[in-house]
Amino acid sequence: MLDPFVESILIFSGINVVLALSLYLPVSAGLLSLGQGGFMAIGAYTSGYMTSVMEWPFALALACGGLAAGIVGLLVGIPSLRIKGVYLIIMTLGFGEITRVFFLNFEPTGAASGMGGIPVHTTLPIVVVAVVLSLLLCFQIRGSRYGRALEAVREDELAAEVIGINLLRVKVSIFGLGAFLAGIGGGLYAHYATFIDPGQFAFQRSAEIFIMVVLGGMGNFTGAALGALVVTILPEVLRIGGMQEWRMTFFGVLLVIIMIVRPWGLIGVRR
Amino acid sequence: MRATEPSILRTESLSKRFGGYSAVTELDLAVRKGTIHAVIGPNGAGKTTLFNLVTGVLAPTTGRILVGGVEVAGSRPDRIARLGVVRTFQGVRLFPSMTALENVQVGRFCRTRGGLLAALARIPGRDSATEKSTLQRAEELLAMVGLEARRHSFAGELPLADQRRLEIARALATDPQLLLLDEPVAGMNPVEVLQAGELFKSLRDAGIAILLTEHHMSLVMAISDHVTVMNYGRKIAEGTPDEVRRDPQVLTAYLGSEAAT
Repeated sequence: MLDPFVESILIFSGINVVLALSLYLPVSAGLLSLGQGGFMAIGAYTSGYMTSVMEWPFALALACGGLAAGIVGLLVGIPSLRIKGVYLIIMTLGFGEITRVFFLNFEPTGAASGMGGIPVHTTLPIVVVAVVLSLLLCFQIRGSRYGRALEAVREDELAAEVIGINLLRVKVSIFGLGAFLAGIGGGLYAHYATFIDPGQFAFQRSAEIFIMVVLGGMGNFTGAALGALVVTILPEVLRIGGMQEWRMTFFGVLLVIIMIVRPWGLIGVRR
Repeated sequence: MRATEPSILRTESLSKRFGGYSAVTELDLAVRKGTIHAVIGPNGAGKTTLFNLVTGVLAPTTGRILVGGVEVAGSRPDRIARLGVVRTFQGVRLFPSMTALENVQVGRFCRTRGGLLAALARIPGRDSATEKSTLQRAEELLAMVGLEARRHSFAGELPLADQRRLEIARALATDPQLLLLDEPVAGMNPVEVLQAGELFKSLRDAGIAILLTEHHMSLVMAISDHVTVMNYGRKIAEGTPDEVRRDPQVLTAYLGSEAAT
């Protein structure tokens, strides 16, 4: 049997890969988001409520959590047609905060005291399946007709639009798809943690997902996946040795060094 | 005007004001099918604004724009592109970190179908019929503009003349009926200008109407069927190259004494 500590790290790594890919998808069309934690919260709360209170099967609850996040993602994606760059980042950041405050006050899911008693369903094999499917999704999109349109929108919106690409459809759909994946990641998280509260999906979670993608490389989904692994595993590796209290400082320094040496990310094309 | 053939593009008293400044004023323009129509005029005459209005990048203040009889004033650019009106930009706007081939393939987007589900159903190494025809058409167009050898180069790394050719190939991939070229030979050397002129004529002979702005007068006079002269946002003259060349208003406003010789 696998050491429980190692297993937990692997499960968190897998969940984080799904979350990093959830941000990579909109980023591949030039849409940066600091609100993935909000979509994750929607997926976590929705699926957690369905399994613990309504006693739905896990797979169905997980899918519903993803869909709920995805539908909200479609709505949040609509303003992305006009709001660009840093302003979009601020808008998504605001969305993440709104979501957090919503669950902080929403009594049916425990409000500020959080929601406990969620059954454990997220096992390593399930996480592996989720990771493989997410990677497959990104792989299939890249190089397809839809994937080329995403890339074109990222490269030059105006040029894409004048050759007949409907910006609204492309942007909103990829934003919603990313939110769906974040919701799945949130559902997996909830059914491993068994207890969730709004603070777990706050700005810091969104920022962490953002760091994974930037660190790994925004131009390639394998980069985002690798970034997730580094951000999850590196702090645990630094735990080994007698420097417990300094490990996050070391982690920060390593991130700075990586970004200086490879500003385009661990895997990615120099642009 | 000799409107014997139906026009692909017609504007009726088209105006665009930016605050108190009128960039285009009461412009009537008709581009007939299968012709090369040049719009010339000094810098600031409103040529690029006209292009932005026709392609939906800007919405007109007043007036009508008809593409094949369909009113498009205020429509989104992608809808106008699907109606068959596509442009290039004065400063080339390619997708720089995509390859030349991919740039042209993207141009097929509005003439093909298949969204996320089609992407998910892809079998790696075995293209669907749509993807095969997209690839084939893109390669034909690259060969047509003489870029087949550079198909896997990144668009941003091509020399300027090649970038302009690639932008035309990308526009052609959308199966346009009217191609708008905004200073398509700016920055080209004399040989490249000649080649570009030949390309434009062959496109016209293939049935694609071209509306172009250009400061390169000998090219305009050599290839255009019809010339419209603009100054300060208004149309000041119109006709065949020879008629325009002799128009006294044009001579004073734009061409100067040089063209009289």
